[in-house]
Amino acid sequence: MEALQITWFLLIGILIIGYAILDGFDLGVGFWHLFAKKKGERTAFIHSIEPFWDGNEVWLLTAGGALFAAFPPVYATVFSGFYLAMMLVLLGLIFRAVGIEFRNKIENEKWVKAWDIAFSFGSILPTVLYGVAIGNVLQGLELNAIGDYTGGFFALLNPFALFCGIVGLTMFAHHGALYLSMKLDGDIAQNAQKWAQKAWYAFLFTLMPTLAYGVKFCISGDYRFLPMIFIVLTLVVNSASFMFNKKGKAQAAFIASSVTIACLMLAVATALFPNVVPCTNNPEWGLTVFNSSSSQLTLLSMLIIALIGMPIVLGYTVFIHRVFKDKVKVDNK
Amino acid sequence: MDPVLLARVQFALTIMFHYIFPPMTIGLGWMIFMYNTRYQENGNPLFRQLAQFWTKIFAITFVIGVATGITMEFQFGTNWAGYSRFVGDIFGAPLAAEGVFAFFLESSFLGILLYGRKRVSQKMYWFSSFMVALGATMSAFWIVVANSWQQTPAGYEVVTEMVNGVEVQKAVLVNFWEAVFNPSTLPRYSHVITGALTVGVFFILGTSAWQILKGRNTEFFRMSMRTAIIPCFAVIMLTMVVGHKHGHQVAETQPAKLAAFEGIWETQTHAPLMLFGLPDQEGEKNHFAIQVPGMVSLMVGGKFDTEIQGLKDFPPEDRPPVAIAFWSFHLMFYMGMWMALIAFIGVIFWLNKKLLDHRVYLKLCAFTVPIPFLANEVGWVAAEVGRQPWVVYNLLRTQDAISKAVPAGQVLASIIMFSLMYALLFGLWIYLLKNQFRKGPESIESLEAEAK
Repeated sequence: MEALQITWFLLIGILIIGYAILDGFDLGVGFWHLFAKKKGERTAFIHSIEPFWDGNEVWLLTAGGALFAAFPPVYATVFSGFYLAMMLVLLGLIFRAVGIEFRNKIENEKWVKAWDIAFSFGSILPTVLYGVAIGNVLQGLELNAIGDYTGGFFALLNPFALFCGIVGLTMFAHHGALYLSMKLDGDIAQNAQKWAQKAWYAFLFTLMPTLAYGVKFCISGDYRFLPMIFIVLTLVVNSASFMFNKKGKAQAAFIASSVTIACLMLAVATALFPNVVPCTNNPEWGLTVFNSSSSQLTLLSMLIIALIGMPIVLGYTVFIHRVFKDKVKVDNK
Repeated sequence: MDPVLLARVQFALTIMFHYIFPPMTIGLGWMIFMYNTRYQENGNPLFRQLAQFWTKIFAITFVIGVATGITMEFQFGTNWAGYSRFVGDIFGAPLAAEGVFAFFLESSFLGILLYGRKRVSQKMYWFSSFMVALGATMSAFWIVVANSWQQTPAGYEVVTEMVNGVEVQKAVLVNFWEAVFNPSTLPRYSHVITGALTVGVFFILGTSAWQILKGRNTEFFRMSMRTAIIPCFAVIMLTMVVGHKHGHQVAETQPAKLAAFEGIWETQTHAPLMLFGLPDQEGEKNHFAIQVPGMVSLMVGGKFDTEIQGLKDFPPEDRPPVAIAFWSFHLMFYMGMWMALIAFIGVIFWLNKKLLDHRVYLKLCAFTVPIPFLANEVGWVAAEVGRQPWVVYNLLRTQDAISKAVPAGQVLASIIMFSLMYALLFGLWIYLLKNQFRKGPESIESLEAEAK
């Protein structure tokens, strides 16, 4: 049973990491969409993510479903506790989805402009909120005995959580810029390469103070060693990403950035373990991998579903990226 | 404000808006696959043109379905934390399975269908069109599994455990397959899918008729209408047959719901079918009833002396709101009849090669476009309201299922946000559809030039 519970903690971690890496790049593209000056460039940005964004978002849906199935109390506590934030995430995700598909349907300056704005803000808002949510979970929440959040909305907007939000934004901005430099052609690709460099500094400068404060969550956990290793790995691989980008090896830089994201998420996961949602007012009431999982039969059934399904999913993902492997042409208008 | 009512209003609003779109994409998805198959078989460019045009309509609709679908998955946790804790052991798995088995498949191949025409072989393109339709149909399966378990729970046991000194009840899975194929899964799934197909096929029939009336691209839309008439007839007939079977299952497994659908208060044999009437929850009777004697007994049990349980057999606090259940069920039924009539007349005309010659008939078809959408919506209203006051039938009451952590004001705020956002999306959807119809299909010449 314990092995199953730990397996599901890891599997949900993998789904969230998959989401962060994949939707991370198209959310990041949404950020840079604000900075592209020419209309043709923005169109190319949209084209670069058009066939992928929907599949990327399915990782979020699947992670949500898996969390619901494997750790129902965690799903209930987090989603109801972060109510307003969740509603804003939905607002952002809905407008950006519709924006991506509707923007190019009608040739009209105002129409395109409106969807450009919807797409950018619809990307930035969820990105920041994901970070804020992770920051809050790391610190723990004020809960009652059955796990309902009792801290109120404004307690969620604390400095550490907000810092995590900014880290999320700079991290995805870096990731998205690397994606653009890999996926586009010509001047704009070089521009994106420069954006990636700037974003990398921004990421590092926001990450360092956040880590400096966040270390206390690592050493207060049960497994001090693992999160520290992942933090070191994050920093090392992230530097490699910078070097690759500087040398113009966009693909290598993008892969390094993906690994960076994975390592940082793993640092968070291992710092929390075996807690999933620590409780600040009474440590006994915290939700852990062991006290809040579903039954053995459910975890086992789900494991079989995952073992059958996930290889197929990886197959689709590789397949679709191969079909659309060409660089996107930019119409310089 | 009452937080339970607010949570229910929010769920009704978001699910009903969401459910405008998936049925249409299921129906259109299979029609597009049919067009691609015909093109694959005989190379007739008209079918290519049909596939191309309706895929554009599909894309506009699909994205709103996806976007508003995320709301639904979040909502169990955000607004129904009590429910999530109670059913998570069983209800979460189908949602995860829906992502793994259906959404990934659908979204990947949709990318090819929409943007990959020139990048893959004709065969691969055809296959993608199949996978998109299949993905949509499979996702419906998993979500129907989840919903059916709420209606007719199976393969579970309820356990009580102490959590931090508080007694908590929850349903725990004991048999996976019994929970998946619970008594209402297959009857409901077949009715949901056929119902969804009606939306797509009548949409093609009706909007094509509307274009012919307007005199836009008449050749193309005549062809389009001809391809839709037989599917319309077949699909609505099937919907009625499986709907009838679904009714049998409701009679057997959820008698209070059936009694509410039919407005039956007293347990009786020879139970009458009420065609019109105003059920009175307080007075436990119906006003202005127009009834066909014995028909409900006949339909449920095949003979007049089948006993039908009446609402008075259930304590008042266990009865669903009868008027809403009755009217949503009956409206669905009447709208189904209307569709069957339109399809039947259409087939007669089609057999006489006169389908496109009757302007009155074309007008009726155009008027029918919203009917299947509405029939699907009220059908679900009947199913969900008929289950009340339970969120999980006979196990958990709706009032015990909400998120206690969320202040009513925040729920109200989000209802306002969704109302505004969805009103805007609805307007945009109609606007883009109209725009697409104005543009019409791409010419055969340009499609052929593109193919080379």
